[in-house]
Amino acid sequence: MSEGTRGLLLSGVGGQGVILASMIVADALLNAGFDVKQSEVHGMAQRGGSVFSHIRWGEDVDSPLVPKGSAEVLAAFEWAEAIRWVEYVREGGAVVADIRTIVPPGACNDKRAWTERYPGIDAELFNDRQLKTRLVDAAATATELGNVRAANSVILGSVAAFLDVEQDHWEAAIERLVPRGTVEINLAAFREGREVAMARVPRPPIAPEGFSGPHQIDINHVWCKGCDICSRVCPEYCLAVDVDGRLNIINPEACTGCRLCELLCPDFAIEIHAPQTPAAMADANPAGGTT
Amino acid sequence: MTTDTAAGPEAGSRVLLSGNEAVAQGAVEAGVLVAVGYPGTPSTEILESIADRTDLDVRWSPNEKVALDVALGASLGGVRSIAVMKHVGVNVAADTLMTAAYTGVGAGLVLISADDPGMHSSQNEQDNRAYARMAGIPLLEPSDSGEAKEYTKLAFEISEQFDTPVLVRTTTRVSHNRGVVELGSRVDKPTIGFTRDPKKYVMIPGHARARRPVLLERLEQLATYVETSPLTVESGSDSTVGVVTSGISHHYVREVLPDAKLLKLGLSYPLPMKRIRAFAESVDRLFVVEELDPHVEDALRADGISVAGKEFFSRSGELDPDVVRRGFAAAGVVPQMPSITAAPATVSRPPLMCPGCPHTPPFLALKRLGAVVTGDIGCYTLASLEPLAAMDTCVAMGSSIGMAVGMAASGGAEGPVVATIGDSTFLHGGIPGLIEAVYNKANITVLILDNGTVAMTGGQEHPGSGITLQGTDTTPIDLVGLCESLGVKDVRVVDPYDLAATYGAIEGAMAYAGPSVVITNRPCVEAPTKIRDTPFEVISDACTACQACMTPGCPSIVWSDELFEGRRKVVIDPVTCTGCTLCAQLCPPLAIVPVTKEVAGV
Repeated sequence: MSEGTRGLLLSGVGGQGVILASMIVADALLNAGFDVKQSEVHGMAQRGGSVFSHIRWGEDVDSPLVPKGSAEVLAAFEWAEAIRWVEYVREGGAVVADIRTIVPPGACNDKRAWTERYPGIDAELFNDRQLKTRLVDAAATATELGNVRAANSVILGSVAAFLDVEQDHWEAAIERLVPRGTVEINLAAFREGREVAMARVPRPPIAPEGFSGPHQIDINHVWCKGCDICSRVCPEYCLAVDVDGRLNIINPEACTGCRLCELLCPDFAIEIHAPQTPAAMADANPAGGTT
Repeated sequence: MTTDTAAGPEAGSRVLLSGNEAVAQGAVEAGVLVAVGYPGTPSTEILESIADRTDLDVRWSPNEKVALDVALGASLGGVRSIAVMKHVGVNVAADTLMTAAYTGVGAGLVLISADDPGMHSSQNEQDNRAYARMAGIPLLEPSDSGEAKEYTKLAFEISEQFDTPVLVRTTTRVSHNRGVVELGSRVDKPTIGFTRDPKKYVMIPGHARARRPVLLERLEQLATYVETSPLTVESGSDSTVGVVTSGISHHYVREVLPDAKLLKLGLSYPLPMKRIRAFAESVDRLFVVEELDPHVEDALRADGISVAGKEFFSRSGELDPDVVRRGFAAAGVVPQMPSITAAPATVSRPPLMCPGCPHTPPFLALKRLGAVVTGDIGCYTLASLEPLAAMDTCVAMGSSIGMAVGMAASGGAEGPVVATIGDSTFLHGGIPGLIEAVYNKANITVLILDNGTVAMTGGQEHPGSGITLQGTDTTPIDLVGLCESLGVKDVRVVDPYDLAATYGAIEGAMAYAGPSVVITNRPCVEAPTKIRDTPFEVISDACTACQACMTPGCPSIVWSDELFEGRRKVVIDPVTCTGCTLCAQLCPPLAIVPVTKEVAGV
């Protein structure tokens, strides 16, 4: 039965090698004499999406999925993916997180504040759950050892430090599963990972000033001949020429003020006017009262 | 794929296999000679894991119906055969399946349906256990890798003993779960040959009427067989709660109720009703825990057995230990779960079109041109998401073309109607739709996104690739010739990396009165070979932060820390950039250029 069954989670982004890494962990646990189940989802998720793998081991494992709040360790190959899966870690468990950040393009879509929707790296973020957090700069460590592609083995080495499985079982699994010709570098990276120092947290990104609202698009319809250049270049799809050849503003809220339409208009028929930034507004109205 | 393929370690060794690899291993041990299917998550790795076995005939068919036809033909020809597909693939094969239940088999015939509760990679989460009942064939439900192997072997025995196709149903959590399997040796099953028997194999009404009672009689025999089957397993000792389960649900229940009496149904159609009734009488409270539909629960109710189930365990989505625990807590069987502190906010990360994906530029053009786009199943379905947001429908394999015809006929679409379909999907189920467009004179454009592979499932071969699953060269289907032969007068081929040409081709085809076809001809950048050209970089001083390069949603391009007029400039990740040039073509100030060798450190 499942008493004494333990769990571990690995997470990352499609293409990072999460599944190979989890196969190495499962193989090491099998070598150590445990019953092992490992569960993952691939297919559509591999296209740059969030990828995770559950591993459970013990005498006789039932569920391959780790119940929330029960994992010994979360091994995250990317920072945002550490946060996403942290609910699975038990109180007193450990999070090994690569400080690598992979910002999805969808995080770069706030075109008022111009701030990325990506969580800042914070070694103390999980302190309220009584978790041991270990931040690892795996790419830097692997590069020092000679090959950045062994970075995942650095993470696995850090994970091994939290589990009671003999080194030989880990190394046999690495030898069996990593691509030929990379065994030595991966073993070196794994050994280094056990001892690797806590990574320094990089400085937080800039916070731009932002704008209070959309830009104003002014069209001089007398000069406009409906040539369609502006509507075809607008990155925000603000403009469209209708069947009568008249240029219309179809999405005024989306204008970011890039002025491509103004600059490329052969007839000088478009002008863009910027809204005030919040700071400029505050300067104009220092008391902060209404007018 | 692991190195523990079916051809790997010796009999008797214990290895970790995925459920899919275990199914393949079971088929190999059972002496299968023909294994056939169509790629589809979560079933794809079954055939891939035995593709290198030269003693077997392992192949991709153009679609699941043809796959089942091939397997049935091989079975009648006297060799054990297996057909492999995802749950929605069985819909395509269902026409054959319903009547194969009448003809019965020659040598053993097993159909694998890999269901996807939770829709990790699917357009619906239909419960294919219903097909067993509808067709009147036995259903096996393995719960892990070890059972996936053993049940597949046993399925061949049942198929031959009862002269019926057998449905083995896995789910994502069985197919993509790796567990310990003890390998066995292969039994030799040479062909038993084809025996002519028109009354059994030619299903004209007169013959089929005679076969229907045979099918029903067979179900009676199977119902007797299952009562003593070792696949019905009772475990546990605490009789205050009894649970009937099958498949992966069994393990979740055991996790939550370590001591309760469980009745696990390995063969879950027809049901062992006597065993179930006796089990029901031996416990104080009876539950059924099953994923998706109340397949077992309804049968128990119909037989007058008092049972609880779907009121506690949702009919929607996957089960897992937490969901099962909440269900038993709601039923008062276990205490409520302690609440778990929610994870802090993080960024959402939906799947994306890859950097350099040749499907991206045509959708950029379709969005600009204001087309109403009927989409199809494949990677390009991701074009429905922001920022492209250039697809309006996606229903089933090949549906895009017929739906475009109907959309055009309705007159309700504002803008030209364009069907977008991948090469493999077109060969799978799109060709009759194009015939419909030609035959009934539809004013639509069909955009065939030809990347030479089945990309979404990881890059499998298909009839247009010119190579088989087992690596032999074959005649590739000529898409241009095919479309022209169907009577399409306006067929254009364009390089999707040439954005202006792609624009022009699509705009021209949309202006053509009648059915037109545009074929894009760049290979997938990920499979079968990774295509990496010189990556591009942004000259920051030239970037005006206009965001034009962000419109395709390329994962390699994100904001930099530098600003221009208060807006963020962009930066390209040189590691993931494939050098497709799309962003450079979009950049008005020409700020995006190939990385120079010194910078790249090549």
